[in-house]
Amino acid sequence: MKILYHFGRYLMLLKKVFRQPEKMTVYRRQFLVEVEKLGLDSVWIVAIISVFMGAVLTIQMAFNIDSPLVPLYTIGFATRQSMVLEFAPTIISLILCGKVGSRIASEIGTMRVTEQIDALEVMGINSASFLILPKIMAAMFIFPFLIMMSMVLGVIGGWVAGTTTGLITSFGYIYGIQSFFHMYDVWYALTKTVVFAFIITSISAYHGYHTSGGALEVGNASTSGVVYSSIAIIFSNLILTQLLLA
Amino acid sequence: MIEGINITKRFGDHTVLENISVRFEQGKTNLIIGQSGMGKTVLLKCLVGLYEFEEGNVLYDNREFTSLSFFEKKSIRQEIGMLFQGGALFDSLTAEENVMFPLTMFARMSQAEKLERANFCLSRVNLENVNKLYPSELSGGMKKRVAIARAIALNPKYLFCDEPNSGLDPQTANLIDELISEITLEYNMTTVVVTHDMNSVLEIGEKIYFIYKGKLWWDGTRDNILHTGNPELEAFVFNSELTRRLKPT
Repeated sequence: MKILYHFGRYLMLLKKVFRQPEKMTVYRRQFLVEVEKLGLDSVWIVAIISVFMGAVLTIQMAFNIDSPLVPLYTIGFATRQSMVLEFAPTIISLILCGKVGSRIASEIGTMRVTEQIDALEVMGINSASFLILPKIMAAMFIFPFLIMMSMVLGVIGGWVAGTTTGLITSFGYIYGIQSFFHMYDVWYALTKTVVFAFIITSISAYHGYHTSGGALEVGNASTSGVVYSSIAIIFSNLILTQLLLA
Repeated sequence: MIEGINITKRFGDHTVLENISVRFEQGKTNLIIGQSGMGKTVLLKCLVGLYEFEEGNVLYDNREFTSLSFFEKKSIRQEIGMLFQGGALFDSLTAEENVMFPLTMFARMSQAEKLERANFCLSRVNLENVNKLYPSELSGGMKKRVAIARAIALNPKYLFCDEPNSGLDPQTANLIDELISEITLEYNMTTVVVTHDMNSVLEIGEKIYFIYKGKLWWDGTRDNILHTGNPELEAFVFNSELTRRLKPT
């Protein structure tokens, strides 16, 4: 029953978020601020994780391919497919969920407990829309770029690891990453990313927006935001994969 | 003028406000007083529409407020300025940007005009050289004054203050009280102040409502608050050695 209560309240909040926005010029500025905070500030963490993830994937592939019947370029192919289909969109989204989700929940939660949201409401501003809509739009816009960057860097990381350790030649790896390429795989990954971006921002914002109490509750809201966003990502990943690939 | 008529507010089974009727006159500093946890802030939040209540009605200059939707309330809300207990300044904005915020949202002004108005409001609350400081860089008293400057930026008709001098030293608390009183007269606003500070009551309270256990227990002026004979109010008023010295013998 509690799940239904929260789900209903979440939908009510979304209704408020997408209802008649405030002044568009203010939204544009907020949108750009959020693009920087949610997206550009995450470039380094995404880059580092992607490079190392690609490198580890390549080494593990090489370690597992022990049959002479399997060509070595499969290492490049498998690294690319893993990065594009799952690691970049899902794992990076889960990492962004921790970084961005906790930030959103704690920012909005702090605004709630320090009455800043009440101040907006008293002024006649739709606080949900003003605070949450730019975050959702910014994440849905910038996350696909981060994920594309992650795909590329992951593949590069795999190439560096594979060639420097002598597990595969540069030619073999590049041949592998060019083999059997379907653009649809990238669209599938980006579609998932946009959905995950919406899930991360809206669920974290929901937990922050309904915080009451003090610092302890803001911490709890931040944790809940990350936990429930992660669970929602995992579930929606399964559903989207079935819908888009089956 | 603001009227609250027969307001009843419950949180679950707990009745916080019971059938409270209040009337706040224009151009006066009206006070809602009482001990902590008696429902003063809840009443204030009911009046400004932050809380929905089970029974009753709120009128702003005879305009129905309670039954309006969020978007219909907007026009009245833009005539309201509110000072929150902690200031409620936006952390990511400087003092100047905080004051400019309502102007950016609602006023059709150029950037230069907004800046001029923000500077005027900040100087009106006796703040200078703080324009570029963030709330975290301001003292408690400064935060309150910036919050007052923000509250008056749109020339409101109604000003609500929730414990404006809590957490401040007595001198700064007096300054804030005087400022609220001066602004009320200057702009002919209807001002409602929630407080439990007896000094504020005696300094600025023109019309006073005493809330006790969620009920309106007494109302009057600062001139007759010392002579009520009401035991609960007397216990509140004469709670310190200083105020006991004022007690008529």
